[in-house]
Amino acid sequence: MSDLISISSTALYIAFILYLIATFFFGATIRDKNKSGTADDGNKSKAATIGITITIIGFLSQVVYFITRWIASGHAPVSNMFEFVTSFGMAMVLAFIILYYMYRLAVLGLFALPIAMIVIAYASMFPKDIAPLVPSLQSHWLYIHVTTVSLGNAILALSFVTALIYLVRQVDQKRRSKENMWLEFIMFLLVTTVGFVLITSTFNVMKYEAVFEYPQGENVLVSKYHLPAIAGPNDGELLTTGKFEPLFEAPAWMQGADAGRKFNTVIWSVLVGSILYGIIRLALRKRIGNAIQPLLHKASPDLLDEITYRAVAIGFPVFTLGGLIFAAIWAQIAWDRFWGWDPKEVWALITWFFYAAFLHLRLSRGWHGKRSAWLAVGGFAIIMFNIIVVNLVLAGLHSYA
Amino acid sequence: MKKIKCECGHINPEGTVLCEACGKPVEENQHIEGNDKKKLLNMRYDGSARRSLTYNRSIVDKTWAFFSSVKVGIWLIVIALIASALGSIYPQEMYIPAEAPSRDPAIFYEAQYGILGKIYYQLGFHNLYSSWWYMLIIALIGVSLVICSLDRFVPLHRALKMQSPKRHKNFLSRQRLFSETVDGTDEDKQRVVESLKLQKYRVTEKDGNYLAEKGRFSRWGPYVNHIGLIIILFAALLRMTPFMFLDDYVWVREGEQTIIPGTDGEYLIENKKFTIEHYDESDERFRDALMNRDDQVVKNYQSDVIIYKVNEETGGELEKFIEDEIRMNEPLKFDGYTLYQAGYQQNEFTNMSFKLYETEDANEAAIDTFTVDLTNPEEEYELENGMTVSIEQYYPDYYLENGEPRSETNYPRNPAFVFLVHEEGEEKPEVSFAGIGKNIDPTGENKYKLGLADFTMHNVSGLTVRKDYTLPFFIVGAAIFMIGVIQGMYWQHRRIWIQQDNGTILLAAHTNKNWYGVKKDIEKAIVDTKVNMVVDQQELEDEAEAEASEEKN
Ligand code: HEM
Repeated sequence: MSDLISISSTALYIAFILYLIATFFFGATIRDKNKSGTADDGNKSKAATIGITITIIGFLSQVVYFITRWIASGHAPVSNMFEFVTSFGMAMVLAFIILYYMYRLAVLGLFALPIAMIVIAYASMFPKDIAPLVPSLQSHWLYIHVTTVSLGNAILALSFVTALIYLVRQVDQKRRSKENMWLEFIMFLLVTTVGFVLITSTFNVMKYEAVFEYPQGENVLVSKYHLPAIAGPNDGELLTTGKFEPLFEAPAWMQGADAGRKFNTVIWSVLVGSILYGIIRLALRKRIGNAIQPLLHKASPDLLDEITYRAVAIGFPVFTLGGLIFAAIWAQIAWDRFWGWDPKEVWALITWFFYAAFLHLRLSRGWHGKRSAWLAVGGFAIIMFNIIVVNLVLAGLHSYA
Repeated sequence: MKKIKCECGHINPEGTVLCEACGKPVEENQHIEGNDKKKLLNMRYDGSARRSLTYNRSIVDKTWAFFSSVKVGIWLIVIALIASALGSIYPQEMYIPAEAPSRDPAIFYEAQYGILGKIYYQLGFHNLYSSWWYMLIIALIGVSLVICSLDRFVPLHRALKMQSPKRHKNFLSRQRLFSETVDGTDEDKQRVVESLKLQKYRVTEKDGNYLAEKGRFSRWGPYVNHIGLIIILFAALLRMTPFMFLDDYVWVREGEQTIIPGTDGEYLIENKKFTIEHYDESDERFRDALMNRDDQVVKNYQSDVIIYKVNEETGGELEKFIEDEIRMNEPLKFDGYTLYQAGYQQNEFTNMSFKLYETEDANEAAIDTFTVDLTNPEEEYELENGMTVSIEQYYPDYYLENGEPRSETNYPRNPAFVFLVHEEGEEKPEVSFAGIGKNIDPTGENKYKLGLADFTMHNVSGLTVRKDYTLPFFIVGAAIFMIGVIQGMYWQHRRIWIQQDNGTILLAAHTNKNWYGVKKDIEKAIVDTKVNMVVDQQELEDEAEAEASEEKN
């Protein structure tokens, strides 16, 4: 049993490394001569072929992770944050492979793979223990629903990737503008996520743990910090000796279990992210977007715009099926109502409304190009909000404990 | 009605933008689709007349035009989106946690979230999704869906029916994909046509002009999916009526037989047993995860039940109908009803036996014992030696509030009694208070005492009872929606026109989506011919615009 689990985590690790290597090969295609940026125009790019081959091997390795973990736990590995977010990253790679074969656009790999890697690395920061399923989750619909949602979200996320490439290529970097500030903010958030992964792994390796006790309503709860407390729990008290006392307390309006700890994690991530970002800026001496822009000169903006739209067109039905229809079927079986307006359901509906609006806007003139790209960015923000904030913050409010 | 005659001889209805037959722009109507300012033609519904854009006089026309506008539709969707998000800031009333100090919304929101919570509550956002204005937004989306679909149905039908291969040159050259080949031969043209046929295009011909077409049915996708949505909204409306939808709840004790609510007394349920199972902490698979928790993880909630049916013919005799187990995720279905495992109560008291003994007796030897059925206690119990005990007060779920005994619920979770003990011949009874671990003599002068001798316990299952005739509508609506979106998204309507004009081959193409795909098709079709690859005139337009803005700066 534990053999299977170690095979499983090794396979995931290998997949991650392979994605990293593949990214470099896709990076090498930038220097290829052909103009449109698609690999099959003119001479086929060798680097791209190697890149996509490695990506596929990496994906297969991740499939091995998925299956072995499934066998080891007895249920599909989509039942906690680590498993769910990992499956989202995996689905992003799959969506990338599909879109690659549709459009042969090598530069897509250069962006899609790193973003998928950030997602997988982020997932790995959550507890990886195999947890038993509570009764409400014991249903085949759990994995039918979750895998479909993951795939739908992933295809929609790729519209964000192409939109990002589009924006980096098209937004004027000669002078400061609102547009390139926002673009740079996206870059900053990506760097911050990397910062989160770095700082969390560092203290994980050091096995840092500080236990706090804090009041919640009439109960006294315990919170385990794995990062030194900059912000402690509201009214909390440090129980572990020899650990850092918090510099300040989380504000009282932050409710829910471990609110202080989550707030502390956000502070650390932004802190480390800012430092990383600062270093990158010092090294580049310009905005990140500005530095990448010249690399993208070959990519055709019209093609990027079209892929953005196409990814939404392909992802929307998949998302509807998984996120609304399968979700409703399962909810009907497990909780006796197919729709209950809980935050998770509401945000699935919001995502759906958003992309419906996107599709209708595309019917009219004037919503192509940059506007469309910014919309795709907004859609991705909503998806990530549903995966992260609703799970960690809103659901926490509701579970109250 | 005013008709417009085109130079090709076709008579078009009023409001036509592009001639239905040859596609030549109708001079005076170019503003309708904004073609007057652009090189490329807007190909929506191939420029056929639309009611909403043509008539704009009466109130009806104006309302029609309002709801059929996609812009309005998008605004409605965006408003619904924002409203939905508002409702998720704080929990809705039904999600106020059971452990909250006060579940009264008037208190909860302010106590938990301060002034913002209070405003949230006062605005009624704690029940946002059933508020009249939220439902109004959804209803307006429904109205808009119906009207916009009707408005476009006829024009689309006309546009799709009148696919003439022979088009005006002006129409072709203003398509997004277009090329001219000056010295193209007839053979080249035939080659292209044959190749397109091989690529599964349907080809029609008129006077040597060709139209190759593919995926026309996908144009109906949006209409199909909108019909699906309308059915879903209709189902939601039906669900608000009581006769289509039953939602009830029943508590059944172990061993108890009770009528299932909402079945008009036709069905009864007996609860044989309720079980909770927990995961075994020594299970190797889950050891790490279980070690990190203080509480046990539940593996299963289960009620073993028997359903009885009342037989009318035999005068109301009970017949065993089904014997089954109900678990979470495995509801029990019978005769249109569905029973769900929804709640439970463990360790309620079934019976309590008390013994009566003399206060002086150090051995507490029982004079007699009697048993109280806690769900149905008798008023008086007669004992051996002519004594009687009567129940003065019964607190099924006893607790003390400000020194006063009270019952928190009506369920026998912590039963306590005020007994009156009558001795034969005595005028005044003795008062005695007894419960779990309690045996109180309020006067201190009692001759007899009552003590708890024995008790039995049971579990209670909480089951939701549902009968929902609207589900088939939702299922059909959702299925139609999915068929429609897939039809519209995974196929595209591609058209390629090939025409010869004094030895010049004109090649033009249009698709409603996936221009990359059409370009690939054309690339394949012109292999080994002299025909020039189409030029993407939108890209050219983009570049021209980019240059223009560059110069301005
Ligand atoms: C949440 C509600 C809605 C959903 C999910 C929805 C969905 C869709 C989808 C998926 C398409 C196909 C788009 C494409 O092919 O790119 C579409 C097309 C369309 N929708 Fe909606 N829609 C909704 C509401 C509305 C409303 C309220 C209107 C009213 C104005 C509307 C008007 C249209 C029109 C005019 C089309 C284009 C039809 C055509 O191409 O012939 N939709 N809709």
